Amino acid sequence: MPGPLLQIAHLRIAFDTRRGNLVAVDDVSFDVHRGEVFGIVGESGAGKSLTGQAVIGLLEPPGRITAGRIRLEGRRIDNLPYARMRRLRGKQIGMIFQDPLTSLNPLYTIGRQLTETILTHRNMSHAQAREHAVRILSDVGIPAAEKRMEHYPHQFSGGMRQRVVIALALCVNPKLVIADEPTTALDVSIQAQIIALLKQLCEKHATAVVLITHDMGVIAEICDRVAVMYAGRIVELGTVRQVVKHARHPYASGLMGAIPSLRHRQERLNQIEGSMPRLAEIPAGCAFHPRCPEAFAKCRRRRPHLIEIQGAQVACWLYGEKA
Amino acid sequence: MGEAHRLPDLSGPILRVSGLKRFFDVSRPLLNRLLEGQPRQLLKAVNGVDFEIGEGETFALVGESGCGKSTVANLAAGLYAPSAGKIEFEGVDIATLSRRQMSPYRRHLAMIFQDPYASLNPRWRVQRIVGEPIRAFGLLSDRRAIARRTAELLQQVGLSPADGEKYPHEFSGGQRQRISIARALASQPRFIICDEPTSALDVSVQAQILNLMKGLQRRLGLSYLFISHDLAVVRHMADHIGVMYLGRLCEKGPADAIFSHPRHPYTRMLLDTIPDIEMTGRRRIPVSGEIPNPIDPPMGCAFHPRCPLANQRCRRERPELAPLSGGALAACHASLAGASWQPDAPPE
Ligand SMILES: Nc1ncnc2c1ncn2[C@@H]1O[C@H](COP(=O)(O)OP(=O)(O)O)[C@@H](O)[C@H]1O
Ligand SMILES: Nc1ncnc2c1ncn2[C@@H]1O[C@H](COP(=O)(O)OP(=O)(O)O)[C@@H](O)[C@H]1O
Ligand code: SF4
Ligand SMILES: [Mg+2]
Ligand SMILES: [Mg+2]
Repeated sequence: MPGPLLQIAHLRIAFDTRRGNLVAVDDVSFDVHRGEVFGIVGESGAGKSLTGQAVIGLLEPPGRITAGRIRLEGRRIDNLPYARMRRLRGKQIGMIFQDPLTSLNPLYTIGRQLTETILTHRNMSHAQAREHAVRILSDVGIPAAEKRMEHYPHQFSGGMRQRVVIALALCVNPKLVIADEPTTALDVSIQAQIIALLKQLCEKHATAVVLITHDMGVIAEICDRVAVMYAGRIVELGTVRQVVKHARHPYASGLMGAIPSLRHRQERLNQIEGSMPRLAEIPAGCAFHPRCPEAFAKCRRRRPHLIEIQGAQVACWLYGEKA
Repeated sequence: MGEAHRLPDLSGPILRVSGLKRFFDVSRPLLNRLLEGQPRQLLKAVNGVDFEIGEGETFALVGESGCGKSTVANLAAGLYAPSAGKIEFEGVDIATLSRRQMSPYRRHLAMIFQDPYASLNPRWRVQRIVGEPIRAFGLLSDRRAIARRTAELLQQVGLSPADGEKYPHEFSGGQRQRISIARALASQPRFIICDEPTSALDVSVQAQILNLMKGLQRRLGLSYLFISHDLAVVRHMADHIGVMYLGRLCEKGPADAIFSHPRHPYTRMLLDTIPDIEMTGRRRIPVSGEIPNPIDPPMGCAFHPRCPLANQRCRRERPELAPLSGGALAACHASLAGASWQPDAPPE
């Protein structure tokens, strides 16, 4: 029985700045299993994108991993030399970003970009690679795929471009895809199409996905498990049902109550006072304590770590020893 | 001309928009057109919109990007002149007024935008930003009185009077939106146009702002034209809703009716495709296709190329908004004919 596909243990990401060392991601640990859709959710600045960038080796300096391990199929990938990480990134780990243009070269036809990617990573003739490219383009729902191969990225609409990026990420059959806000820039009707597509393709190829988003609706729709991040830390981790319906951490449950519902109209939304702290001002103890309605003495002094409660994990002193 | 000085009509709706249109000329330059033999091109951003907003009510416009929501907002605020149609504020058509005639009305009409930072002068202290409408409309002249009023406004939106000393960049996104709300309230408006006021904010901050806006509405009796692409936010805020598609309303009515029994296929599609956290587990039927080019919208019903109910008539003849049971209106041949469509039915 093989272990998890991706293992992240005690990951810390920091920036060296003029004002000293700022820790943006701290002690983040989670596993992703083969074929699983794992969500990372949280508000902006929580550290979601940095976590994703660390996995694919695309952290931009001065940001760097200062502690922890990242393993893919048991092998460490957080300390690979650049060239090996690059190969791994193309072959084993695909990427989808919010802005499809970051993944596409504006000067090449999408046919050329797909074919070259396939040729680099798979043992195919040029003709086979091209044929495969056309097939995957039509798999992602691009009409007249054969003809569209000759088009440049700017000739596609936003939704179609994101489909091309999905084709590009999946054309070499990666084991893992990191998707950072893949539908955030799209309209709802297009977003629904892209989510359905991603889910269907990853099921078909047993590809695991780490889906990073601020949108709890998207998480509820396609993820198996989810980690909620706050101020660089995971505060709760569990199945989507556990987290959405029975969030235990005061931040996670507060967040669920703050989301307006489509089904019924509330007079008031649940309100979490204040806002996420800046990196230089992350409070001691539980980072959420100044905003937490349940906070008590220990929360201000000691940092809670994730502990297991009925299959979910929560980092909150309400669930630990109170004193 | 005497029209403009008519006494305001306080018994009717605060805002009534009828036959509203706004076209943009998006032709290439004349020389290119002549050389390439291209005709003039008009983009019909708003192409015949009617709605009313009652005193103390929230009317929401919802729809995907490019459908014309912001253009309606700018028209209602008097920032754009309509290509056709009327915008009556308390019974007076503000579209026909000169700048000077408009000024007494402008005070009662404020606007809040999506990007609070872009709309706040970065070089002014917050107290000057918030106090500016008070001075511009000559509501108070004494400096101490203006300072007192500014402090009161800041408190009203959940900031502290001391925040008046700071500059916009010293605030978070949510606090900046509070500043623009304080500025909007400064002229004691009766009506506020809110164009995607929380779309740039995180959910927990969005909840704070929406709660604040509802509280202010209740306390001050404000009316809102509330624009958003987020249906759950609209559901939370609106009494009445208009769903826009390519420059027109395809459905309009009481929020409860529209959310419990959406009638227009586009409204149903929007409601059906939104991922929601209730986890109903239903299989969705993502509607195929994308929004057509607004320069060259489809014939007949603009939604027909994406519509699961489209028939021959839809391709030829444009449906008008017509009343349905339940108090809503929809512009759809099939809905009027009573065609049923079960979005929840399992596929296959
Ligand atoms: N190059 C950088 N220098 C300094 N701080 C950064 C840099 N990149 C990101 N950060 C900070 O790290 C934190 C986490 O960023 P990010 O992972 O992008 O958050 P998220 O994706 O959850 O919105 C934020 O506070 C952000 O401002
Ligand atoms: N000043 C303008 N010139 C030309 N086209 C415009 C202008 N303003 C808006 N449009 C076009 O009008 C349509 C409606 O735009 P807008 O009202 O901003 O939509 P929404 O707010 O619903 O996203 C879009 O196709 C947009 O490109
Ligand atoms: S540890 Fe304390 S402050 Fe932090 S979330 Fe739990 S109760 Fe609130
Ligand atoms: Mg991010
Ligand atoms: Mg807009």
